[in-house]
Amino acid sequence: MEWETVIGLEVHVQLNTRSKIFSGASTAYGAEPNTQACDVSIALPGVLPVMNREAARLAVKFGMAIGAEINRTSVFARKNYFYPDLPKGYQISQFETPIVGRGSLEIDAGDGPKVIGITRAHLEEDAGKSLHENLGDFTGIDLNRAGTPLLEIVSEPDMRSAAEAVAYLRQLHSLVRYLGISDGNMQEGSFRCDANVSVRHRGATEFGTRTELKNINSFRFVDRAIRFEAERQIDLLEDGGEVVQETRLYDADRDETRSMRSKEEAHDYRYFPDPDLPPMVLEDAFLAEVRDSLPELPHDRRHRFVSRFGLTPSDALQLTGERALADYFEAVAEATRAEPRVACNWVLGELSAALNQDDITVEASRVDSGALAGLLDRIADRTISGKIAKEVFVAMWNGEGDADTIIEARGLRQITDWGAIETAVDAVLAACTDQVRQYREGNQKVIGFLVGQVMKNTQGKANPKQVNEVLRGKLEG
Amino acid sequence: MHTRSIKDHARAMARGEYSSVELTQHLLARISDAGELNAFITVTEDRALDQAAEADRIIRSGNAGLLTGIPMVHKDIFCTRGVLTTCGSKMLSDFVSPYDATVVKRLAKAGMVSMGKTNMDEFAMGSSNENSHFGAVRNPWNTDRVPGGSSGGSAAAVAARLAPVATATDTGGSIRQPAALCGITGIKPSYGRVSRYGMIAFASSLDQGGILATSAEDAALVLQAMAGFDERDSTSLAQPVPDYMATLDDPVRGKVIGLPKEFFGDGVEPDVADAVQAAIRELEALGARTVEVELPNSAVGIPCYYVLAPAEASANLSRFDGVRYGHRATQYGDLVDMYERSRAEGFGEEVQRRIMIGTYVLSSGYYDAYYIKAQKLRRMIADDFSRAFERCDLIVGPTAPATAFPIGAKNDDPVAMYLNDIFTNSVNLAGLPGVSVNAGSDRDGLPIGFHLIGRYLDESTVLNIAHQYQQVTDCHRMVPEGYA
Repeated sequence: MEWETVIGLEVHVQLNTRSKIFSGASTAYGAEPNTQACDVSIALPGVLPVMNREAARLAVKFGMAIGAEINRTSVFARKNYFYPDLPKGYQISQFETPIVGRGSLEIDAGDGPKVIGITRAHLEEDAGKSLHENLGDFTGIDLNRAGTPLLEIVSEPDMRSAAEAVAYLRQLHSLVRYLGISDGNMQEGSFRCDANVSVRHRGATEFGTRTELKNINSFRFVDRAIRFEAERQIDLLEDGGEVVQETRLYDADRDETRSMRSKEEAHDYRYFPDPDLPPMVLEDAFLAEVRDSLPELPHDRRHRFVSRFGLTPSDALQLTGERALADYFEAVAEATRAEPRVACNWVLGELSAALNQDDITVEASRVDSGALAGLLDRIADRTISGKIAKEVFVAMWNGEGDADTIIEARGLRQITDWGAIETAVDAVLAACTDQVRQYREGNQKVIGFLVGQVMKNTQGKANPKQVNEVLRGKLEG
Repeated sequence: MHTRSIKDHARAMARGEYSSVELTQHLLARISDAGELNAFITVTEDRALDQAAEADRIIRSGNAGLLTGIPMVHKDIFCTRGVLTTCGSKMLSDFVSPYDATVVKRLAKAGMVSMGKTNMDEFAMGSSNENSHFGAVRNPWNTDRVPGGSSGGSAAAVAARLAPVATATDTGGSIRQPAALCGITGIKPSYGRVSRYGMIAFASSLDQGGILATSAEDAALVLQAMAGFDERDSTSLAQPVPDYMATLDDPVRGKVIGLPKEFFGDGVEPDVADAVQAAIRELEALGARTVEVELPNSAVGIPCYYVLAPAEASANLSRFDGVRYGHRATQYGDLVDMYERSRAEGFGEEVQRRIMIGTYVLSSGYYDAYYIKAQKLRRMIADDFSRAFERCDLIVGPTAPATAFPIGAKNDDPVAMYLNDIFTNSVNLAGLPGVSVNAGSDRDGLPIGFHLIGRYLDESTVLNIAHQYQQVTDCHRMVPEGYA
């Protein structure tokens, strides 16, 4: 019997507003504990929340980007539970009427595009943090993060493998960064994920009993935790056992999940509308303004890159994963005479490798899009070969000037003069009598060696296509 | 000196007859002499005299407003920077607020002198002021009787002329019922008229700050200074505040007064009913017309209120967990034990009862039957008022069904206690403005309250009618024996 894994994800995205969702305190990361905890963050007696409209703007931006219904009236609710890092004893969240309704996201886990449904996305406030280091018997409470705006994005149980779950997460991560609504920094907790996992026989229509996995805050952990959990459930069922609905914690060190609390121990959050906050009404003008501020969405841009520039879908996907990279590519492609596919190969190849090596973003690239376009022009007009261009690129990266300057200074201009190429070919044929004999005896592969010798003797400057042509003519003739 | 109106004080100080410091000293001495009432939790003598001295400088410079240098007191539910703010609870018995409530700020800015913080039912939960960690407040008309609640300390202080005016809050009657039982004037404005920022929350959708004073005119003057939009309170109204003083002298003639038959039934003591009828006749004599109106759902006001208010309170009071401020148990095991002991020790019986009711009605499986049902009833009660106001300009009746009862009389019967607010809490559920004025006394000399309810946002009409009633009657000038 074949098993199928069913996965739904809940992702908490920290929205990058400057102040908190219900107060004016700063949201900057890494400050000394409690230095960004204002009267509202501490939940002093008598304080009241006031909605930060910027958080709503960012949430609507996301909603529009996934083609979701935007609720013009959404309601904040109190989610009641006691915990030391939750200063009010309730979290202000959205329950029955979230700001963003049903939408979807297209992913590609390597086996073609697939649409994942998004059930809803709602605004809520983050809690503080408990600190256990260097405090002896005490637990410290840092409320700097308390009240930071979060968008909780809940997917449908549409994913069927850990790979799809990771692809969805990557796509979502790239989208929120692309839209500029979150820095997506996973180390700092700006992008956190919980997974609902169940298994069933392939072809079954009912879902199995699910467990909720917590503490899976990297793409790698999501992948490993889901794989482990699916196997655990399958083993249980195959041994005649039952899956218990519960919350499980992923332990990365031991690469396993373990029970945190069962359904019976689950909190009754006693949600009810927060009487301190009137329903949030989004006016037409506000929605129109957000719509106008939307950039071309990655999905649309991807399709345009394929249709307009003739890129492969997978290259287009890679380029549009990051808005700045897509912008860079597009600037190069527009400026150069080279084929857009060549521009794409260079952006995803040499440029990305150099950025990675120096660990810098594309905005900080040492070769700007205009300079790269200049280099690609020299390939297009056959001034240099692609191989020489790589050497020129390294020199450009090291700040030696633009492509033309480097080509001239280093004498890298390609040899395209038929006479000069013939002279070089003749010299090689005279020197490599063994290889010439082998060729004539039928070992045609040896031509590669002969081309290599010509290229070597011309310091790589001979046009390889012409060298090939001349060589064949002479060997066949 | 202490029986004068705010306008009289302002004139006297402007003339140099006495200074704000002298007036404040006089009242502080009265407060100190009236210890038997237990009306205060904190008296801020030094601060008061500093503020009074500053007010005197402003008066001398000729830049004084009507409220400059007028002493007042705050219910201990309002956060006052650097001053103990207890909300009548052991939970906050050592809490010094690091900030001022908007109401406190506005009245200070108007030049008023705050003499201290008044006693109250714990977290404003009660109708007798017996639920205070700091002990029961006594009614100056008869110190064996309750002053009403939850603003009992403010009401007793104003009735005993220890302060011309006091702030108070009203969630289900906590301004109007003690005003009635202490023979003074109290106004609960429309919901949203006064900022709740810094006013410790009991039931957020019902709580409203207001004023206890000896006359409608004084109440109007002070309300004017504290009302208005506050960007820190999302439920405060953006609408401009009417000029209450400008309409105080409007004629009563032509006004239509609604008499809901539900307010004149069997549950009302005869002396109370007679006094209310007499007050209505006074208004008719001034040219008002009366019509009978219906509030058919008023019977469900109490049950509706006692679902919604505890539900909101159960969440509002969760922040008192012993973690960041407030009472923390000294002996405890783990975290949950710390919460349980701190809250069991820090909250009194009535507060615990309401937290439990509120938690219950919000629980999974009960939410629809209680909370959602109560929200629907709330809407119906508000609709009843809207329909009634199509036929009249204001609605009147008794503020409370009876006069002040003996301390301890209702301690064992919470429901009997809750029935004190039968005429007042539907006004909170509908968000309307309400005023209680003194309309005489019963056979034992205890004051009787006359309740005037206005349309949403229309404090002007109820203040105007209350003021006109006080122009032709003397009830509001009655001072309890021993405090004259």
